[in-house]
Amino acid sequence: MDAADLSIAQAGARLRSGDLTAVDLLGAVRRRASMTEAILHAYLTLDHDGAMAAAENADASLARGEDLGPLHGIPLALKDNMVTRGVETTCSSRILAGWVPPYDATVVERLKAAGAVILGKTNLDEFAMGSSTENSAYGPTRNPWNPDRVPGGSSGGSAASVAVGSAFAALGSDTGGSIRQPAALCGVVGMKPTYGLVSRYGLIAFASSLDQIGPITRTVGDAVTVFEAIGGHDPSDATSYRGGFPDPRAELGRGVAGLKIGVVTELSGDGVEPGVTAAFRATLDTLSAEGAEIVELSLPSTAYALSAYYLIAPAECSANLARFDGVRYGLRLPGDSVEQMMSASRRDGFGPEVTRRILLGTYALSAGYYDAFYGQAQKVRTLVIEDFKRAYGTVDVLVTPTTPTTAFRVGEKTADPLSMYLSDIFTIPSNLSGDPAISVPVALDEAGLPVGFQVLAPALGEAVMFRVAEAVERLVGFDARPALADSEGAA
Amino acid sequence: MPVEIDIAKVARLARIGLSEDELAHYGEQLLGILEHAALVQGLPTEGVVPTAHPLPMVNAVRPDEVEPTLDREEVLSQAPDREGPYFRTPPYLEE
Repeated sequence: MDAADLSIAQAGARLRSGDLTAVDLLGAVRRRASMTEAILHAYLTLDHDGAMAAAENADASLARGEDLGPLHGIPLALKDNMVTRGVETTCSSRILAGWVPPYDATVVERLKAAGAVILGKTNLDEFAMGSSTENSAYGPTRNPWNPDRVPGGSSGGSAASVAVGSAFAALGSDTGGSIRQPAALCGVVGMKPTYGLVSRYGLIAFASSLDQIGPITRTVGDAVTVFEAIGGHDPSDATSYRGGFPDPRAELGRGVAGLKIGVVTELSGDGVEPGVTAAFRATLDTLSAEGAEIVELSLPSTAYALSAYYLIAPAECSANLARFDGVRYGLRLPGDSVEQMMSASRRDGFGPEVTRRILLGTYALSAGYYDAFYGQAQKVRTLVIEDFKRAYGTVDVLVTPTTPTTAFRVGEKTADPLSMYLSDIFTIPSNLSGDPAISVPVALDEAGLPVGFQVLAPALGEAVMFRVAEAVERLVGFDARPALADSEGAA
Repeated sequence: MPVEIDIAKVARLARIGLSEDELAHYGEQLLGILEHAALVQGLPTEGVVPTAHPLPMVNAVRPDEVEPTLDREEVLSQAPDREGPYFRTPPYLEE
């Protein structure tokens, strides 16, 4: 097995046995990147010098007996909406082309403190707005299972890099499904933590009440490891949870016997491809055979979640993206007045999807329409939260297909924004409620494309969520990998 | 509630300088999205308290201690235009 295909746990064991060095691990993922990047375009920036220095440091400190834990010496990638001091951070936008941040995001500081080797920055839909990584000012990312397909989005570069082995794991951010949906479409694990458990300091904000950083990995165990490294209270983020960090390992390995698992009628039926339904039902049967009780239940408000989301997220984005005004950093076009300068810079700096959402949010917040749209959407959000709470009164976790379809074709949905939005229909409710959720790959469909199985848990319920996800992974035994990862010498 | 959009006004509020063609294009797309978004109006919400934030948290406070700030030169090195220790812009006010 090529070192680039090891899990973090396996790579860590081989580092400590002296079988491999951090420099070897870095070499393995770089070889994989050089084989695959011309096709995939998962990365926007590869920090060759910084990564090599970090790997050499990791080897030196391990040799001195300083072990920083499970991420020590492990090469990881970051979605390019997390700021990195001294390394260009673009959010896949023209408006930030060439911007070199003066500080590190908290998650970056924590990964570095844990000894991780930061490989570089991965591609995304501009400002994380999109579901296909086609809305990047620097060109789309392709799906490692089939380059004619999208990798999902907005964390498409992160998911593709992990799937193909050009990173051992990556961080993504999830506002409406942007970790879980690309993880599902690329056949890897993607987890959105409870809102507030991972600091957003240094995550370039899209919709602040929905955004959450989380891991994309090849195994559930690796997701736990990365989540532990980045999570916990951060005084630099005013929305960071102050009530203590739930132990995500508390229930690992206990299996699903005796658990009540809810299937949501509104989040499993309409518009789901037959191949996705088949994989979802087969996984339910597996869980049932292991002694889980499967319960069907209705959460009526979730049918309105997508509509509420497409008011709340654009409203918050229109406020957050007001900071890109050509004054302090980023693109500036000339203008006779400051308003002309700003209007010209923002017109040229933002791509069509970002422009669309800023306009939508500006409208939804404007005088005369606020109550009918934004105010009403926030009330629907309350109803979604209440529906989930009611459900968790009777079941331990909820499960859905992560996405209604497997990876769609490049260009298939770009002309119709609404059809693109529908691919997040099963992931959005957890962002509105702030609850944790994870996608685990369970099968390939008849076209050879991965299908994701989503596990939802109540707020701070990471322990039971990981318990079920680990059981799904172990019982289903999904071990396919994209052919592109095997194309040694093909590039 | 029927959806109507003064798209030119919205673009001006958002400080995005769009052409007439672009305004028409985005105006049409927004109508389509808002039609779907307006479904939220179909759910009865009398007496429902709006949620601005998923966690019921009040203000975060910390001791008022002086801490290091970002390096001024590093920050200003990213400015499109500067004058000494300041960001420089076109005029805000008419002469």
